Amino acid sequence: MDLVTPDVGLLFWTFCSFAILYFLLKKFAWKPILGSVNDREDSIREALLAAENAKKEMENLKSDNEKILKEAKIERENMLKDAREIKTKLISDAENQAKDQASKLIESAQLAIQNEKNSAMNELKQTVVELSVGIAEKVISSELEDKSKQLKVVENMLNDASLNN
Amino acid sequence: MRNLLFLVFFFSFSVSFSSSLETDSKDFNVTDMIMHHIKDSHEFHILDWNGKGVSIPLPIILWTDNGLVTFSSSEFHHDDEGTELVTKKGVSFVKFHEEIYYASPQPNSFGQYLILDKNNYPTNLKPVDFSITKLVFSMFLSMLLLVLIFGISAKKYSKSNKGIPSGIAKFTEPLILFIRDEVAIPNIGEKNYKKYMPYLLTLFFFIWINNLMGLIPFFPFSANLTGNIAFTAVLAVITFAITTFAGTKDYWKHIFWMPGLPVPMKLFLAPIEFLGIFIKPISLMIRLFANISAGHIIVLSLISLIFIAETVWIAPLSVGFTVFISLIEILVVAIQAYIFTMLSALYIGSAMEEHEH
Repeated sequence: MDLVTPDVGLLFWTFCSFAILYFLLKKFAWKPILGSVNDREDSIREALLAAENAKKEMENLKSDNEKILKEAKIERENMLKDAREIKTKLISDAENQAKDQASKLIESAQLAIQNEKNSAMNELKQTVVELSVGIAEKVISSELEDKSKQLKVVENMLNDASLNN
Repeated sequence: MRNLLFLVFFFSFSVSFSSSLETDSKDFNVTDMIMHHIKDSHEFHILDWNGKGVSIPLPIILWTDNGLVTFSSSEFHHDDEGTELVTKKGVSFVKFHEEIYYASPQPNSFGQYLILDKNNYPTNLKPVDFSITKLVFSMFLSMLLLVLIFGISAKKYSKSNKGIPSGIAKFTEPLILFIRDEVAIPNIGEKNYKKYMPYLLTLFFFIWINNLMGLIPFFPFSANLTGNIAFTAVLAVITFAITTFAGTKDYWKHIFWMPGLPVPMKLFLAPIEFLGIFIKPISLMIRLFANISAGHIIVLSLISLIFIAETVWIAPLSVGFTVFISLIEILVVAIQAYIFTMLSALYIGSAMEEHEH
């Protein structure tokens, strides 16, 4: 029976001890320990979150890079295409210009040749007339007395003769 | 092999029985010895040397009719039969079976200043005994150890180390986290557990360290504090008080007027639930007390086999079993501390639970 009868003194001391121990440990042990553990767990959680975010950002960055690369490629192709077009255009333009110039040159040359030919023909005609007149005068003066009559006949003859232009 | 062991076991028992019948019971009374160990004491017995007990005297503090009286337990000169008289402030005291009584004016025929009834139980009045007994001494020692262990643990955390524990905190932190993650959070809930963490931690480590100290068989340990009903009663009452104060309206409603049941059933359940409020802490109190006392009794009984049988040949068996039981006890004391804490958390949690209907 002694065994299951609580002793007043021990009840008292147990209560006091437990109360004191509770406050001592709460203040000097549980609060700092649980505080540090909580802080540590929070910081780990934050670090994990930050790592996750960094990973996401990295992925974003990577996709951005890829996009930029793709755009750059497209631009390069476009530029190359443009350059090629410009090149062909330039060449064809130059060709056309050259052709035009050449044809113009030929034309003007032909015109000049024609003019020269015409003037040369006219001069030739004049010279032929004078020569013929001189020759005829000499012939006729030697052969004919009436010089003026003879000149008229020759001129008519010459006019009738069809000299090709 | 196993059969042989059993044979030895039974043989040894028969030997012990026959020899205990032969020996004079006055020489060595196992029950007395065990009871003496299990119970509290006013002095801390260390060892026997040349037939004389060597013990540390402890202060005796009494609240008497004439006020507070204090003296050293050595003034009783190891007497425990009520024959040694100590007079302080005009009041005389005697110690009988580790209880202090007001002495009778005249000694009886055995020289005891006591009037014993027919069950050999004193009828004298007792002062209120607030002595620093062996158990109280042991409890103070455990407090000192706990404050040291956990005070130092708390110092092992530093900001520069990002809150990573070092030294002894590496050992204590898993235990603290165990109480938090396996006891407090599952039973009380994520929302409210923080308020009760200091109580649960203190409770667990206080019980555990005292359990362990009780298992160490030499001074200044070996006190059976957690196997004393006064100790377990105080802790159970504290849990009861916390549970009662933490109780929500819902909790009391579930006790006195269980929702969702027909009225006769409610009337039937109310007294049962009401009794349950008290039975829970009482079960806590008795479970710890009985388990730890039983552990001490088994170990002492096994050791006593040597003295009962009065032969050294039983010693290997006795010591072997004692070691085996002691190893089990190491497990048991941890489990008992855990169960006490876990059930306390469960009761607190159930008082705060929010039911959904």
